[in-house]
Amino acid sequence: MSMNGKPKFAMYWAASCGGCEIAVLNIHEKILDVDANFEVVFWPVAMDAKYKDVEAMPDEAITLTLFNGGIRNAENEAMAHLMRRKSKILVAFGSCACAGCIPGLANLSTREQIFEAVYDGVSTDNPMGLRPDFQWAAPEGNLHIPEFYPVLKTLDQVVAVDYYMPGCPPESHQIAAVVDLVIQALQGNATLPPTGSVIGAGTSTVCDECPRVRNVKTIQQFTRIQHLTEIDPNLCLLEQGIPCNGPATRSGCGALCPRANAQCIGCYGSSDSAFDFGARLMTAFASVIEGKEPAEIERVLDTLPDPVGQFYRFSLAHSLLRAAPLVLEEEEQYATHQH
Amino acid sequence: MMSKINHSTTERVGVYVCHCGSNIAGVIDVEAVAQWAAEHLKDRGVVIARDYKFMCSSLGQELIEKDIQELGLTRVVVAACSPHLHEATFRVACQRAGLNPYLCELVSIREQASWVHTDKHAATEKAKAIVSGGVERVLHHTPLDPLHVPIHPATLVVGGGIAGIQAALEIADAGFPVYLVEREPSIGGHMAQFDKTFPTLDCAACILTPRMVSIGSHPNVTLMTWSEVTNVAGYVGNFTVTVKKKARYINTDLCTGCGICQEKCPKKVIDDTFEAGLGYRKAVYTPFPQAVPKYPVIDHVNCTYFQKGTCRACEKLCPTDAIDFNQEDEIVTLQVGNIVLATGYDLFDARRVAQYGYARLANVFTSIEFERLSNAAGPTNGNIVLRDGVTVPKTVGIIHCTGSRDRNFNNYCSAICCMQSLKFAHLVKERTGATVYNFYIDIRTTAKAYDEFYQRVLEEGAIFVRGRVAEVTDASRMPNEEGKLIIQVEDTLAGLQRRIPVDMVILSVGLEPRRDSHEVAKLFGISCSSDGWIIEKHPKLDPVATMTEGVFVAGCAQGPKDIPNSVAQGAAAAARVLGRIQQKEIALEPVRASVDESKCSGCRICNGLCPFNAIIFHEDRMVTEVNPALCQGCGTCVAACPAGAISGTVFSNEQIFAQMEGLLLHNIEHPPLTEGVLA
Repeated sequence: MSMNGKPKFAMYWAASCGGCEIAVLNIHEKILDVDANFEVVFWPVAMDAKYKDVEAMPDEAITLTLFNGGIRNAENEAMAHLMRRKSKILVAFGSCACAGCIPGLANLSTREQIFEAVYDGVSTDNPMGLRPDFQWAAPEGNLHIPEFYPVLKTLDQVVAVDYYMPGCPPESHQIAAVVDLVIQALQGNATLPPTGSVIGAGTSTVCDECPRVRNVKTIQQFTRIQHLTEIDPNLCLLEQGIPCNGPATRSGCGALCPRANAQCIGCYGSSDSAFDFGARLMTAFASVIEGKEPAEIERVLDTLPDPVGQFYRFSLAHSLLRAAPLVLEEEEQYATHQH
Repeated sequence: MMSKINHSTTERVGVYVCHCGSNIAGVIDVEAVAQWAAEHLKDRGVVIARDYKFMCSSLGQELIEKDIQELGLTRVVVAACSPHLHEATFRVACQRAGLNPYLCELVSIREQASWVHTDKHAATEKAKAIVSGGVERVLHHTPLDPLHVPIHPATLVVGGGIAGIQAALEIADAGFPVYLVEREPSIGGHMAQFDKTFPTLDCAACILTPRMVSIGSHPNVTLMTWSEVTNVAGYVGNFTVTVKKKARYINTDLCTGCGICQEKCPKKVIDDTFEAGLGYRKAVYTPFPQAVPKYPVIDHVNCTYFQKGTCRACEKLCPTDAIDFNQEDEIVTLQVGNIVLATGYDLFDARRVAQYGYARLANVFTSIEFERLSNAAGPTNGNIVLRDGVTVPKTVGIIHCTGSRDRNFNNYCSAICCMQSLKFAHLVKERTGATVYNFYIDIRTTAKAYDEFYQRVLEEGAIFVRGRVAEVTDASRMPNEEGKLIIQVEDTLAGLQRRIPVDMVILSVGLEPRRDSHEVAKLFGISCSSDGWIIEKHPKLDPVATMTEGVFVAGCAQGPKDIPNSVAQGAAAAARVLGRIQQKEIALEPVRASVDESKCSGCRICNGLCPFNAIIFHEDRMVTEVNPALCQGCGTCVAACPAGAISGTVFSNEQIFAQMEGLLLHNIEHPPLTEGVLA
């Protein structure tokens, strides 16, 4: 408890876009409840605070930390350990912290390939072919910047996580509900779910919340939604050949995208009982592809232009495979080098 | 999020490594595997690990039973052969010792290790990993009880050929009711079309028709011809079958089978079913005189009254007023406990081998056409003549393997064509004295008395040319070829190209699965090969069962075969059915899929996938359910469920992931594996 007796709240961003922070602010007047019930001690995007302020706190001084973003570099990892140590409840907040999300797709590329894209891209003027040096002996002393890791990791691949709150970003009404729950729990009016639970989301999949009519399905071919001039507003998108990830994606968003005539892209990750989102969805799609002959099946599959983007857009870093083989090799070499 | 590794266990696991004589021990150091398991898997609950020469022997089983009782084992892992072979053996052994049989896991170190590797060290290391996988998996097993369901004593036999007739008679003679459903107007099948049967040259009708009569008059047989099964629901012991009895337009209660209607019907139709297009029937007809049942059917597509609204000659002349033009299709529902599929085969369409000229060159005949030609009850009264109906051929060429053993058509051997061709050669010789050429790839006369028949035909002077015929043509090059059919063939024994002029060509066409075999398989919840033959449960050890409990297969529906084999299969299927009926109830494996309704979102991905029709969708609650009695535990829906809402007992995610962790030796401190062993 702090000086004013309120429990402490923190939010931190690692490798992420900032959308999660916006989503928290987007809970509108509920934010006043946060303020009324918590003392916000650390939230780089919203207030000024220094890492050393956190370091100075006693362990477990912060009641609730929402940690968003993946672990891309040494700073991210150090902060993950620090926030873990200082927090009673550490929530992997948003798709990046839970499953890697878009930054995790970089696990398909080696560090050098990533640097090439960033420092030698067509829009970059870098005639000397400069690359970041993580250590630099300057006249004033050794300078260093956080080292860029070969593989992006999810928060739970680095530290123990109490709860997972999926979504890219988590829906504001779900954030509000979770904040309410924690407040109620602190006041002794509610109990928190068991450690390791997914909070702020449903237990089944998006189809459960989707009002579209569903039938027994077969897919003759996939069509990218932007190539369609007309979409039946009432029929299951998958049955229209639109590769909708709703069947495999955890419920909780209220099927926002399908209601807006857009396919679910899977940001809430998999349900409790599905281990690997992409593998689940691939077998599901493959099961309903029409055609008995291999060539026919091949033809249907070829209409799906970006399989990794389709099946692992949000979960590559947390999948069974985690990264491309070359990248995993680099990670192994890096680990050996560190020891 | 799922935790991957079960870090500690209170289970007491026994590991048993089988030598299988030298099958396993010849490649794998079984003692080392057992020792390794005892030492390294101690933390994983292993309290005893033994190796033994034949675990499946009664002494081997006793070892396990004794350990369960004396050491208080709560889990058993046997590392031996494939679960297909001895899973049941070891489960029963556990049960005898008081351990739930499903707490036993059989892992294969024979098919998956010793038989597929030559590097002894690597194979031994792999066997260790497989054992470790089994141990991790068995920790997640739960005790299960089999489901007991009663068996309805009635049986459905589909198909009234010789295989179906045999199956139906065996069951009916044993005192149990049989429904025999046949889609043609009469039972008899292909055999009824034949003249003689090889190798004994019995008259086909003489040996077949008594059986047909028995079916027709048997008190335990309900015969439903001109009928088709349209739906099958339920499961072993309790099938509900819907049969469509197509309108015959004949009141069978009144019809005496006198045949006046057929005689008086003015409409002649080419009979391309029974007479293979060589003869005519009427619009009201029985396919052949000895048809069972005796009642005719009116072919409404060709009947003048149905097409033009006038005629009704049959109605006027029928002495018992049995003609009923207002009859409609009738839907009948049957309750049966078991089903025998004897749906037979279709003939290869000879037109597909264009270079043999069938349907273009008049005197090229198919084997079934020749059967009708040589049949005394056939369109030529048994006279073997050319298409003009009068000319007796002086030279006849018989081309074997038409459409079979040919990568352009069917790779398989149709099994009956060699003997059928030899029979034709004999009949042609006997009846016409013509010179007969047989063009063959290999002669396959392997069954009882078959090769003797071949010798006999050789002695009768039939000429055999070994080679696949390139072409049958009427384009003559030599004077002696004029007006003849010329067979162009490479004589592979003589090593030269030959042109052989003949008057008649007989194409010994192969057997193919029924054109609708895939639909039929789907209807009955079984599977067929990509060719279309129904897949048996085990090609050697369970040839008449299918993967669906309670559905059996007999005759050519399962693959090409001759009459003796079809009869044997019909009888075998009947024996299996009778065994079931006698048991009165059956214990079903509790390996089943089930849906966690709270996780099912009703996406309906799984709804069309179940090969056993076990999936039910509840529109009102928008959830899917798996009927446990219908489910065969195949796992198709489990894999397909994108929400992970369906899980399979014995194949749960936890069990499979644990087995993978074990295989990768994640739970072992110092992985002893050399590189590449698991590749």
